[in-house]
Amino acid sequence: MASIGQGVDRVDGRLKVTGRARYAAEFPISDLVHAVLVQSTIGAGTIAAVDMGAAQAMPGVLAIITPDNAPKLAMKGGAQQAVRAPLLQDNAVHFNGQHVAVVVAQTLVQANAAASQVRIRYRRDEPVTSMDAALAQAYPPKNFRNGERPPDSRRGDPDTAFDGAAAKVDVTYITPIEHHNPMEPHATIARWDGDRLTVWTATQGISGAQQSLAGLFGIAPQDVHIVCPFVGGGFGCKGNTWPPATLAAMAAKVVGRPVKLAVTRAQMFTSNGYRPRTVQKLRFAADDQGRLVSMRHDGFSQMSQPVLGEFSEPVGLATEMLYACPNVAVSHRLVATNASLPTYMRAPGLASGNFALESAIDELAVALKMDPLEFRLRNYAEQEPHQNKPFASKALRACYQQGAEAFGWSRRSAEPRSMRDGSVLIGWGMATSTYPTHRMPASAYVRLGADNSALVRVGTQDLGTGTYTVMSQIAANTLGVPVERIRFELGDSAFPHAPVSGGSMTVASVGPAVKAACEAARAKLQRDGGEVAEASVDVKPGEEEHRYAMHAFGAQFVEVRVDAELGEIRVSRFVGAFDAGRVMNAKTARSQLIGGIVYGLGMALLEETHVDGETGRIVNANIAEYLVPVNADVPDIQTIIVPNDELVSNPLGAKGIGELPMVGVAAAVANAVYNATGVRVRKVPIRIEDVLV
Amino acid sequence: MQAFHLAQPTMLLDALAIGNAADTKFIAGGTDLMQLLKDNVETPAQLVDLEGVGLSQIRADASGLRLEAMARMSDVAAHLDVRAQWPVIAQALEASASPQVRNMGTIGGNLLQRTRCGYFRDTGFNCNKREPGSGCPAIAGENRMLAILGGSDHCIATHASDLAVALTALDAVLELRRAGDAPRQVPITEFYRLPGTTPQIETVLRPGEMITAVIVPPSAAARNSHYLKLRDRASFEFALVSAAVALDVRDGTGRDIRVAAGGVGTRPWRLPEVEAALRGKKLNDDALREASSRAGEGARPAGQNAFKQILLRRAVLRTLQTASA
Repeated sequence: MASIGQGVDRVDGRLKVTGRARYAAEFPISDLVHAVLVQSTIGAGTIAAVDMGAAQAMPGVLAIITPDNAPKLAMKGGAQQAVRAPLLQDNAVHFNGQHVAVVVAQTLVQANAAASQVRIRYRRDEPVTSMDAALAQAYPPKNFRNGERPPDSRRGDPDTAFDGAAAKVDVTYITPIEHHNPMEPHATIARWDGDRLTVWTATQGISGAQQSLAGLFGIAPQDVHIVCPFVGGGFGCKGNTWPPATLAAMAAKVVGRPVKLAVTRAQMFTSNGYRPRTVQKLRFAADDQGRLVSMRHDGFSQMSQPVLGEFSEPVGLATEMLYACPNVAVSHRLVATNASLPTYMRAPGLASGNFALESAIDELAVALKMDPLEFRLRNYAEQEPHQNKPFASKALRACYQQGAEAFGWSRRSAEPRSMRDGSVLIGWGMATSTYPTHRMPASAYVRLGADNSALVRVGTQDLGTGTYTVMSQIAANTLGVPVERIRFELGDSAFPHAPVSGGSMTVASVGPAVKAACEAARAKLQRDGGEVAEASVDVKPGEEEHRYAMHAFGAQFVEVRVDAELGEIRVSRFVGAFDAGRVMNAKTARSQLIGGIVYGLGMALLEETHVDGETGRIVNANIAEYLVPVNADVPDIQTIIVPNDELVSNPLGAKGIGELPMVGVAAAVANAVYNATGVRVRKVPIRIEDVLV
Repeated sequence: MQAFHLAQPTMLLDALAIGNAADTKFIAGGTDLMQLLKDNVETPAQLVDLEGVGLSQIRADASGLRLEAMARMSDVAAHLDVRAQWPVIAQALEASASPQVRNMGTIGGNLLQRTRCGYFRDTGFNCNKREPGSGCPAIAGENRMLAILGGSDHCIATHASDLAVALTALDAVLELRRAGDAPRQVPITEFYRLPGTTPQIETVLRPGEMITAVIVPPSAAARNSHYLKLRDRASFEFALVSAAVALDVRDGTGRDIRVAAGGVGTRPWRLPEVEAALRGKKLNDDALREASSRAGEGARPAGQNAFKQILLRRAVLRTLQTASA
């Protein structure tokens, strides 16, 4: 009966493989019409005039909404990351690819055809398209980590310690703009019934969508109904309520009919955020015993225009806590450009930050002529060094040991270009992964029958990660019944509140609510008897987050093969060992781990959004030229779950597994490329031309 | 996408007759044209669907190989005679696109696919190839994937086909037909035009004219031919640099040498300078190195694509080594 941890098949698997799982764009709503976005083709300026004559006369066209005729929004906001534009509220153009009009027509084909005939005249300004050229104008974020902490921190005296140290690195690392590109593009169907709004939309946060749309349209949250039973991947780009959802509701209001707005793949590149480009300056130093004595990590991340909101890539957070170093300073700065607003993308801060951090650690190990794993062990933080708190648990040492053992790390030759297979150079690299364990308040409803069947409802989301399955397991386990007796429902704002599915916190937040509601219903049934008992509970984190530092950990080991003359880089072997706390489901956990590692391989070798320097327009806004890994790029991946039964972090002991596995992958690959070629590449993606020597 | 009329003839002659109308395009597998239609890069008034006209035979005999235009990429790549007698063709096809695309894509369509230049494929940019005279922002822009050979001040868009590179090395001939005209034959080396001041004109095809077949002569060199494609992603990506080599070596001496390159030129690029350096020479490693160092004479890199010059020489060398081993 103890199904937690077992590799239970996805309870929604059959629905998905038979095409019966219904995604936002697929709901059969009667009287539906179609909206298509028109996007700007300049990087900065204002709209001078919109010529819609030809488009308006085309078959099936119902409305063309522009800043001149768009309904005014209440703009009360309420989303977690405020996105203030573009919602057709003024004529300003802040970036290339901004939504500047919405065409509504009877059919999608008619809307598309008409959208291409809308002619917009602009007054052009000079866009700022390069962050690197504007570093001197960098500014501190106003709302770093939602105001929870300042953007900078310092302990000890890193500059003095650096000056007197035995081994030093002083280097700059760069990561590019990357786009989430989930399989399912954004899509929304919006329908007004009087002043009540129903929205079927692809979102990682139905509660946030409800709050935002209520605020924007000036209605009460309970008058906004969000439906989202399935999400085809999010990776962060569906965390906010981005303009297309709002514009769909606006269009539905204008034409007085339900409207579907499905964002195209190309439009996805300027509609729902991206991982911003970062420039990271690191100055690390160690003494002759291999002890870190100074770490400075100054991060700059690309921003949009401040009027559109704020997002800061927190690249320095792991640098504060990963190693026992007495002198550490980190800072975060933003650089305003004419780009759309960046946002969270799988392992925000950590993915970009750990590429720089764990590469620079490798550089320092090379400078010390020390094995990079040994160097890390020598600086192992037994206690969280930034806040001086004990870890709730930390099995990183076991991750290092088990990962190294499985990989055969002890047989590594440290000398670059020393391992070869004919014309192919072989390199081994490793890096550390870490991701904070988050938890937020959540609620759940349970209706338990005397026949041991249970209906469980939470207003949470399943991004494809396995929420339906894992929550069913938690309920089954708590009630002592088979998983088949549980019906778990999510994705409806009428259900009890749950947080956004981000920050790897869904299991840690929602799981305890499901567990507590099941316990309450069972107690009620046992006490009162009868055929059925209902329970609704609200749970929230306790004192533990103040008393303990809570993080998941991992160790990534990779082998790369680099053709010595041709420079082609291929990953041939991967081992990742993780302390993710208690695992809820061995199958979905394995999927998360290999998925995260593949995401990291994409970051290391393939993914990059190219922006035209003249116009600020994205040149590869499609998935033929924005490269993500295909099967041929992915080697055998061995994943190891290091046992950890700690229950301090949360009642289920789940430390979060969605983002952890991609952290450190890019650094491990870069370190392996160095070991193979002797070339230290301080940017991703690492390309053929970077290693042509 | 704009509305268009779709004609679905069942006879080649009907297809040619309809295809002669103004503002009309032929559509074969549609793996490229459909994307261009959806993105409003192509906006024809009429499409002529060739699916019903047959024209998909693959014939190999002592006189050579004849691939009809509607033969599927996957069928040609799997053809045993092609694999034995013209391996570079099968290898180039198998390095192209994905299995799904190869099952749809045709030989004629592959040769007429448009460039992958991101500026061409997005109507939000100016592009001389799409809108003559509007300018080329790619030359000073994101040009890593673009051509170092054959470009002009008006266009440096790379020709994207792998198959065309293999056929260029083998001196293939294209059979072209147009309503009312006798069929004509054009060597593939004369089929593609350099962009010059008119990058919108990519081939010598006349209005309404269609590729009906590809004819490849047999040769000892073709039997010993090889294709190498270098790219960032291991599959389903266009070439950064590719090389097609066909060698007839007797007693260690190069008799018949054919070398062509892809990913570097505005059209499939034959490398006569490399061939000349090896013809009649002993093909030892020094000779191969010396000859391949001449590859890409006259290259004009645009910035981000400068590495292609080095990579081209190394790709040619590796392919020569493989074919002469």
